[in-house]
Amino acid sequence: MAHHGEHHYNLDQRFEFSASIKKSIMTVLVIGAVLLGLGIVLAMTGGHHEEAGEAGGHAFHWYERLYANLWINNVFFTGIAIVGVFFFAIQFAAQAGWSAPILRVMLSFGNWLPIAGVLMIVTFFIANHDLFHWTHSYLFDTNDPQYDKIIDGKGAFFYWPMEKGTFPVFYIARMVIFFLFWVFFFNKFKKISDQEDQLGGTSHWFKMRSWSAYFLVFFAVSSSIAAWDWVMSIDTHWFSTLFGWYVFASWFVSGLSAITLLVLFLRGKGYLEMVNENHVHDLGKFVFGFSIFWTYLWFSQFLLIYYANIPEESVYFVERLTSDIYSPFIFVNLGLNFFLPFLVLMTRDAKRHGVFLKLVCSILLVGHWIDFFLMVQPGTLGHNGGIGLMEVGMFLVYGSAVALVVLGGLAKKNLIAKNHPMLEESYNHHI
Amino acid sequence: MERDTHFILGVYDDEDVLLHAVEKVRGNGVKIHEVYSPYPVHGLEHVLGYKRSRLPIAAFLFGMLGTSLALTMQFYMMRFDWPMIIGGKDFAAFPDFIPVTFEMTVLLAAFGMVGVFMVSSNLKPWAQPRIFDIRSTDDKHVMAIDIAHNSALEIEKIKEILKASGATEVNNKSFE
Repeated sequence: MAHHGEHHYNLDQRFEFSASIKKSIMTVLVIGAVLLGLGIVLAMTGGHHEEAGEAGGHAFHWYERLYANLWINNVFFTGIAIVGVFFFAIQFAAQAGWSAPILRVMLSFGNWLPIAGVLMIVTFFIANHDLFHWTHSYLFDTNDPQYDKIIDGKGAFFYWPMEKGTFPVFYIARMVIFFLFWVFFFNKFKKISDQEDQLGGTSHWFKMRSWSAYFLVFFAVSSSIAAWDWVMSIDTHWFSTLFGWYVFASWFVSGLSAITLLVLFLRGKGYLEMVNENHVHDLGKFVFGFSIFWTYLWFSQFLLIYYANIPEESVYFVERLTSDIYSPFIFVNLGLNFFLPFLVLMTRDAKRHGVFLKLVCSILLVGHWIDFFLMVQPGTLGHNGGIGLMEVGMFLVYGSAVALVVLGGLAKKNLIAKNHPMLEESYNHHI
Repeated sequence: MERDTHFILGVYDDEDVLLHAVEKVRGNGVKIHEVYSPYPVHGLEHVLGYKRSRLPIAAFLFGMLGTSLALTMQFYMMRFDWPMIIGGKDFAAFPDFIPVTFEMTVLLAAFGMVGVFMVSSNLKPWAQPRIFDIRSTDDKHVMAIDIAHNSALEIEKIKEILKASGATEVNNKSFE
């Protein structure tokens, strides 16, 4: 606003994780668990025998679908968690002032990271053969009829320094290092932010800016490699040079949607009274802009592969577009993640009013989950995949677990970094 | 169109004073013709009560025009005018058209927006701009008040209001 008047906001407000909010989240979690249980029972009892005698391939087991589901949600929600920390770091690296009151909302998503790391590693050890073709040791044995020269060529990326086909040291090490560093940076940011609350001054801001820069360098490399490791290596023969960016874009839009929804939720509960439609507008612009960025990467990947039509590249899209199960979701994916946010959030008013943003951000979370579903399931389950009770249930279970952890973490400290040097600037933010 | 020729100018030193002055002057029932400033003053259009620009609507329409033109052009060329087999694709292979369609959308949206802006702001090359106070291109903010539009108030009264709102100078300005 034009008036740089006095502001009297309660900077010591703390989010109260009330029993009624907990109860609603628990209800969703229980519904999800019931659907998941039903899905598992249905998968165990039906469909098993008809696949058993399948020629050429191995018999399909119901638990493979469970593992694939775990993996989709591990990757998707890890992304939301790390994007919270990433967006927080961006604010400091860019010396942004507008976002000062919502910094802790962004950072709170990082609370999921330790759990996400444990889940990811445990799932990998339980499900390795069922998710990742490259974990089979016969692929690297030149005497075996199933020896695969191409995967053998890529083997060192997983197994170094061990012998190929034994224990994927390099792969596991990367996974552990990424999560350790991400959690380390998250805790560092939290610590500096707490110190700033107690001591005040601008030195913590400068400290935070340096640590943000270190984190961003690490994140640039780790997010890309994580995308190759956790998602692209499922289709082991295939590769795409912009896959890291593509996964990052999907993560970023999901994370931004989650941050926007949480800010709107907190405002609806009467917190963050200094956050007005100008701040919401900025969040809306991020969601709008990066939805288009995601589309740009999706299409860049698709167009080059489609146009060149080289078999070893186009197999990725052929597998998806010729499948009765997956081909409709390709269009659902584009519709939900591009056309919907593009058309609905185009006007200024839509980005400034919570109703449209809540609608679009909720749909985007589902839309980008579908994006990861399309990345993971065709390569792991083939024609045994699809979206059924198990998928819906697992998504609800993970989503509500993340909500419990994130809100629980948010409730522990003050909601606003009260000594942040740019709070005054953010009160006067006007666009 | 006949333009009004007699104005009162309030000259301000400070943008914060200016912003409050605009509110005070308008609060006293004086209609402001325009405020000239050497640089964009944040929130000025808000206190002046300007309606939002409709330029984005023009941009959207020109963008849509670009989209339709590009698609029509490519479809006509590739399907009817000069069909060619490229990479074994259909003659009218939709994904191939997207990059050109995107570029045409951006091009026409941008050009259309600039064109509409120039027309609506009277920025034609032969336009003769009226300079109220040359110092508004340097270090002063100048508030112009059209006497003909404020016939309900006496000129002396308007000058008093401007002075009281923090103007460092109050001048008369007439154009021929």
